[in-house]
Amino acid sequence: MDLLVDLFNDYTLRTVALGAALLGISSGALGGFALLRRQSLLGDAISHAALPGIALAFLLTGSKSPLVLVLGAGVVGWFGSVLIAALTRRTPITYDTSLGILLSVFFGFGLVLLTFIQRMPNANQAGLDSFLFGQAAALMQRDIMVIVGIGSVVLLITVLFWKEFKLISFDPDVAQTLGFPVRALEHLLTALLVAAIVIGLQTVGVVLMSAMIIAPAAAARQWTDRLGVMIVLAAIIGAVSGVGGAVSSSLVPNLPTGPIIVVVASIIVLISLLFALRRGFVFRKVREWKSGRALRVDAVLVDLYTLASQHETAGYPHSERVLNVMSTMSGTARRTLKLLETLELARPIDAERWALTSEGEERARRVIDRQFGGRS
Amino acid sequence: MTSSDQNGQDWAVDVRDLTVAYREKPVLWDVDLQVPDGVLMAIVGPNGAGKTTLIKAILELVPSAAGSVLIHGQTYQKDRSRIAYVPQRGSVDWDFPTNVLDVVTMGMYGSLGWFRRPGSKERERALKALAEVGMESFADRQISQLSGGQQQRVFLARALVQDADVFLMDEPFQGVDATTERAIVDLLRSLRKRGKTVIVVHHDLQTVPEYFDQVLLLNVRRIAAGPVEEVFTEDNLRATYGGRVAFVSAVLARRDD
Repeated sequence: MDLLVDLFNDYTLRTVALGAALLGISSGALGGFALLRRQSLLGDAISHAALPGIALAFLLTGSKSPLVLVLGAGVVGWFGSVLIAALTRRTPITYDTSLGILLSVFFGFGLVLLTFIQRMPNANQAGLDSFLFGQAAALMQRDIMVIVGIGSVVLLITVLFWKEFKLISFDPDVAQTLGFPVRALEHLLTALLVAAIVIGLQTVGVVLMSAMIIAPAAAARQWTDRLGVMIVLAAIIGAVSGVGGAVSSSLVPNLPTGPIIVVVASIIVLISLLFALRRGFVFRKVREWKSGRALRVDAVLVDLYTLASQHETAGYPHSERVLNVMSTMSGTARRTLKLLETLELARPIDAERWALTSEGEERARRVIDRQFGGRS
Repeated sequence: MTSSDQNGQDWAVDVRDLTVAYREKPVLWDVDLQVPDGVLMAIVGPNGAGKTTLIKAILELVPSAAGSVLIHGQTYQKDRSRIAYVPQRGSVDWDFPTNVLDVVTMGMYGSLGWFRRPGSKERERALKALAEVGMESFADRQISQLSGGQQQRVFLARALVQDADVFLMDEPFQGVDATTERAIVDLLRSLRKRGKTVIVVHHDLQTVPEYFDQVLLLNVRRIAAGPVEEVFTEDNLRATYGGRVAFVSAVLARRDD
């Protein structure tokens, strides 16, 4: 409760939360498209590639103004994504390999530059290394302004080009035959991804920023089969993770923001993977078990019916052992027979023998109709 | 241009000297193809013959090294809306979060133009196209829950809403159930009745004479093209499929039954 009160009263905290929410929303939404286009790891490469951009921007201008640093990160991050596309298209190197090469080369170069900057004699450089793991507590109003400004533009463009982005994500070839400039739209989508990433770097850090791209989208995909719902959900999950991480790290001294955000997002992903209604692991298992059970019930019912049909009444009792032998699907028939009893489809005659109830007879006939097209 | 143009013949699709190469290896070599209006044409040939590449080159989805393509006497860039493309079923991710109606509606995105969202008029047209392929009751179905044949029919419906004159279909019969095969054949005939031209990459040689008016036999080069009864001969098939002579004879034997 205290936290909520703080959130509304404390100006700094409110600013941080607002910034984290907006960067979560834009990275969640753009991450959704990246996930569907099988480009989740592109976010990882871009965020790592942005590090030398930050360092170069500082070296060239001597300024730590957020707009300058974000611009540097954006330009170099974008350059990185162009290089990946070119490597994949023009050389025999595959997509995953070019991602890996680019990520490590750029990140390594960025670390070298950062070390170099650290050794420089002037004191102005302090704080640049917080771009590695993110430091929400250091966010100032001008940082938030940059996040809000760029984040809003990113979201606005995404809404404007919604139908086009959906089309090129699902079927780029047909998009081109319909007259859309697919290559340009793909570049635009990548540019938006770069923008969504670079505004998060100061808060989340280059090392873990990719989690803000991948995790909300992966979690959201579990809950819905509608693109619109998925993107909105990814944005909300992004905002929740962002705010959760940023606020807790502002409250606890020396708690880095990025890792906390990732922990929050990972918990949401885990819950989604396990418990989502249609795609979640748990409910899928339950459904499998249920349909397996239904098959077993039907199998034993049909067996009982077949046996009984050799006698004058369908209710003629038969031994459990015969049923065990008859059907491979019924496995051990006892458990299924017990279930049949609770469902009032069969009843035990004595310790050994079982017979169909009239309801069981009815259902057995329906099953046979369904399976053999009414030929029996 | 050659003399056929001076006859006043306005081909639905007119391909001249089309050559496509991947990393210096020619996939299509100097292909000529003239398709008249209102015919159903099959493209047949062995794997790697360039059937899919030919369709994609006509649509400029792959760059061609040489040659020209005219659709009703015009270049493709001038009016893309006259061609509808039905790609192979496996070319998209069927786990994409969308439903059948939405995929069919995508066929109208081009005519809607930038920024405009589809409305009730588009919805009606999409439902009509779905009815034409016998899928109207699947409109709200999530696409991951479709069988292969149903996926194919959704793709056909998406092409139908484009109101095109020329249809290019890449293996629509590949791995579909009997219901879908019937539905596609009916659709092809109905398109022909409406004067549309349909070019289909086809694998099943046996059904070529039954389903199609014209055939292109392709193996990197054009082996033969024209009316089925004239060019779908043993010699041409042998030339197309090379050494697999036994296979070719079997096809023709069954055809003559």
